[in-house]
Order: sequence, then C-alpha cells, then structure tokens
Amino acid sequence: MADMYQLASASLDPLFAAITASGRRILAPTDQDGRTELNPVTRFGQVAKDYVQTTLSAKEAVFPKVEQLLSYTLLPGKVDLVDAEPAAVPTVVFGIRPCEASGFQALDAVFNWDYRDKFFNARMEQLTVIGMGCTRRDDACFCTSVGGGPGSTRGSDILLTPTASGYLAEVQSDKGRAIVALAAKLFTPAAAADKSMLVALPAAFDQPALSAKLPAMFDSPLWAEQSLRCVGCGACAFVCPTCVCFDIQEEADTRQGRRLRTWDSCGYHMFTLHASGHNPRETQGARWRQRIYHKFSTYPERYGQLGCVGCGKCTRACPVDMNLQEHLVEASQA
Amino acid sequence: MSENNIYLPYLLRIAKITEEAPSVRTFRLEFVDEEAASSFDFKTGQFGLYSAFGEGESTFCIASSPTRKGYIECTFREVGRVTAGLADKEVGDIVGFRGPYGNVFPIDQWRGKNLLFITGGIALPPLRSVIWNCLDLREQFKDITIVYGARSVNDLVYKHELKEWEERPDVNLVCTVDPGGETPDWTGKVGFVPLIVEQLAPSPENTIALVCGPPILIKLTMPLLKQLGFTPESIYTTLENRMKCGVGKCGRCNTGKSYVCKDGPVYTLDQLNQLPAEY
Repeated sequence: MADMYQLASASLDPLFAAITASGRRILAPTDQDGRTELNPVTRFGQVAKDYVQTTLSAKEAVFPKVEQLLSYTLLPGKVDLVDAEPAAVPTVVFGIRPCEASGFQALDAVFNWDYRDKFFNARMEQLTVIGMGCTRRDDACFCTSVGGGPGSTRGSDILLTPTASGYLAEVQSDKGRAIVALAAKLFTPAAAADKSMLVALPAAFDQPALSAKLPAMFDSPLWAEQSLRCVGCGACAFVCPTCVCFDIQEEADTRQGRRLRTWDSCGYHMFTLHASGHNPRETQGARWRQRIYHKFSTYPERYGQLGCVGCGKCTRACPVDMNLQEHLVEASQA
Repeated sequence: MSENNIYLPYLLRIAKITEEAPSVRTFRLEFVDEEAASSFDFKTGQFGLYSAFGEGESTFCIASSPTRKGYIECTFREVGRVTAGLADKEVGDIVGFRGPYGNVFPIDQWRGKNLLFITGGIALPPLRSVIWNCLDLREQFKDITIVYGARSVNDLVYKHELKEWEERPDVNLVCTVDPGGETPDWTGKVGFVPLIVEQLAPSPENTIALVCGPPILIKLTMPLLKQLGFTPESIYTTLENRMKCGVGKCGRCNTGKSYVCKDGPVYTLDQLNQLPAEY
C-alpha cells in the first residue's frame, strides 16, 4: 500500500539538495544536443521541462553498454584471474516515465530467473526510481496496450504525478520511504490521489489476445513483410528499456586482458551465426519475428510479464520508420 | 551483500592433446585448483564455455564421460578466433572453463534398453560422452550400436577409440565415409549416414536412438527412424546453438520458448517438434 503525499513545486529544489547531500547521485532527463537524455544533475533546475521521453533508456543505470566481467594477467604456465566488482554507486533515477520504470522488472526477471547476475544486482540494489507520470504523450506511446499507463506506479519507488499545485507523491517501497525520510517536512500527507492531469491514452490492441495467437502465427508471411525495410541496425534494442541480450567479448594483448559484456541485438545477423556458417535465423524477417515473439510470447510464458513496456523508444529511434505499435496492431488483426 | 561472479571460469591445465583429424583436437583438462577438482561434477550431455585467454570463450560439450574422474575433455575444430587461440595451446598451458551447464541425457531411465547412436563428423564428441558413460555401466544396457560417418577416413575423430569399439564384442560399430572419402585400405562402409541407417534397419523395439550431426544428417535421419517405428519420445538429440553466457541470459540460444542452454541442449524429437526450426 502506497503512502500518498503532496509535494509543492518549490519543494523539488530542496529535495534534490537533500538527495545529493545524502551521497546519492541523481540521474535526470536534461536537454542534450537537441535530445533529452539522462545525465547527472544536482539541482531540479537542470531537469528538462518539456519532454515526452528520453531517447536512450534508463537501463544503462543498471546494465551499462560495456561492463568488465573479469580481468587477467598471463604468465608463463599460469593465469592470474581477477574477479571484477561492479562500481555501483547509490543512484536516484528521477523523472523517467512509468513505462520505463516498469522495465527494470523485466531486466530483473532475466538477470535472476536462475543464475543470479551480481553485476546487475549490485547496481539494482543501489538504485531508487522516482518516476514521473505523463501529462503528454506522442504517437509512439502505447503503454496502455501492454498493461501500463501514464500513472502506473509499477517499478517506481516513488511516482510523482503532476497536479495543479505541484505533485502527488506515491511512495511504493522502503527505498522510496528512505528518500522521504531525507526531507520529511517537504512531504505533506495527501488524502486523495489527484490524477486529473494525466494524459489519456486508449489501448490500441488487445495484448493478451495477441500473445495467445502468436504461437500459431509463426509461419505467417507478416513478419517478413513488416521487416522488409529493416536495415538491422539494432537501434531498437539499444534504446529499449527491457532489451537485455548481450555479447561477451575479449580485449587483450599478449600479457593481459579483460572480458567485457556489451549490449547486443537479436536483429543482427551475427547474433545466432554458428561457427559452421549455419544460421538458425538467416533472414531479417526471422530476426524481427524473434524480437516480437521474445517480448510477447517467451517473456509472458517464462517470466509472467511482458518484455515490452510500450514506451515507443524503438519506434522513435528507427531510421526506417518501423512503428512497433502499428506492427502489433497489424498482427492482432491478421 | 556480495554474490558470486557467474562469469568467472575455472582454470584448467592442458594435460594431453590428441590430434583427431585435420584441424580437430581433443584437450584433456585438469583443474588447477584442487578443491575445484574434487568438488566438480557433471552429467553426460552437459556443456561448458571454454576460454582461450586473450581470445574469448566458445561453447563445446564435455566430450568425456562423468565416470572418468579427475579431468574433462573437449574436442573442437579450429574455425574461428577462440578455437584458433585454443589450437595454439600446448600441454601445460592454462585454459578457462565455465560449467557444467544445461540438461542431461537421462541414461538412468534407459536401463535394460538397447542404445542406437547415429552421428557424423565432429558431432560424435557429445555422444562419445554418453557412449563411454554407458560402456562404463555396460551391464545396465542391452545392445549398443554406433553408426558413425565422416566425409573421409581422415575426418573420423577418436580413431583409436573407434578401433577399440570395433574390437569389443559388446559394441556393434558401423563406420562409414562419404563416397570418395575412402582410402584403398578402408574396410568400413561407403555412403552417407542416413543411407547406412536405412540398410541397417534397426528395430525400434525397446530401443533409444541418439542422433547428433550436421543439420542435413538430422533432417534425413529423423524421418527414417520414424518410418522404422521409433516414437518421437525415444529419439534424442543435442543442439549446439550459438551461446555467450550459457546461463539463460544473453538471449542467443533462445528458440521458441526454449533456451537451449537451460532447457537443452538435450531434446527428444517430441520436444524438438514443438520448437520452431531455428536451431
């Protein structure tokens, strides 16, 4: 059960000061080269005012593009292997949208469903999410079609929803309560949840019905048709808050080296290419289908949640204007 | 709270290198750490990620039998960066190993049954682990038949062991090479593996079939076995999808709802039929 508070607009500056004083780093959307991206800030005044979404996702806070898994020194007849410790610093991600906030749960499902990934967990433990409900949307948004919403609290330790006088703060977790405790006098208990400023977004398709019909649609020509213009650039996976697929690569000289985990994409030809030359997913159509099926069929079956939060970042980033929402609507109607 | 690094490999020393065929080698590997050596255990069918430090990791099965303690073996063909790095190693050098990963061949359930192994080329190594495991528990199984083929006589792997199996009265080994791959003194069969299986016409009665080979061998052998009366539940194979993590995270081996590294690599034909053909 969430604790509800009112937070005046003028309280965000002192709140940022209190968070910074506690030794936590704040990552928030800022204007950057004509885009909005998460960057370290210390004052609320630095935060972008008029954004729908950041271009990149917040997943980098817990799953960096490149991460060292181990290092070693090569000696004659001997290898000195050194474990890597993730540099996890206490971090508050502020102002991400409810869709993205829920994306952390999809990452957690993969990183911990069996073997536990200490690199992800160390960062996740240090992460507090202060989400921001949406008063605006654009044509790429479809969170309400995949179980989310402009005011969804899922994944946020505190969800702020803009109101006429400031913000409604819904505190969801101990991590959220720890933030409130830093500046308790800024938070006034709220009797009712005022969510009148949230943007309306009708669902565009019936996701449970789509997930149910996907297994029978595997051989449909739809996937090849939809992906005809896909150039396999992988931008969709890189901006996605839930895409977790990674590569492991070596960086070494003759005496020492390190093993790195890097982001990868199922949209790449090399992703599944066998050493023999055989490729189980030889065409871009097969790779596009994998993207859809992994998120809308494998995830629900395996982890009890979708691998898509409807943020639309992939659609905004696609250089050939592939629109995930439109493609899902089309699949629903096929 | 500190957790273990699941990507940190064991260190193993190369105890023996066997040249099996052109570009194909077998490493016998012993754990550097004594504690790891005594606590390490695996079951037949499982695989691991082998590292050549400086080059990276590659996925191979454990080609030795869990009944042979104190070491593991892997057999690989030099085709890329990591396998080239491994091929450069000499006896005494150190390699990395993560594993054992994946599921197993349920040999406990096969007691009192006939076993039919059908394999080709460098797909013998995963089945070689099962073969030695079952031969080391020989009294638990009835007839053991091995049909193995390669492009040429020189491409057959484990040549010494093939000879040993040929000489054993309790193993029926049928070796074949593709037409044109025979040598003047070749005494085995000549012809593609599925054709040899067809000629052999093994009985499905109380028999488990294990099929592992290049896609074309699988594609042609499966319908043949079905025609002979083998049920999809009695035919096993092991998949070798590309992998990076081996622990169900990196996404590479995902096929349909299955992660080959977690739900496989061992599948019955029945299970395989429920997956999309992306392997």
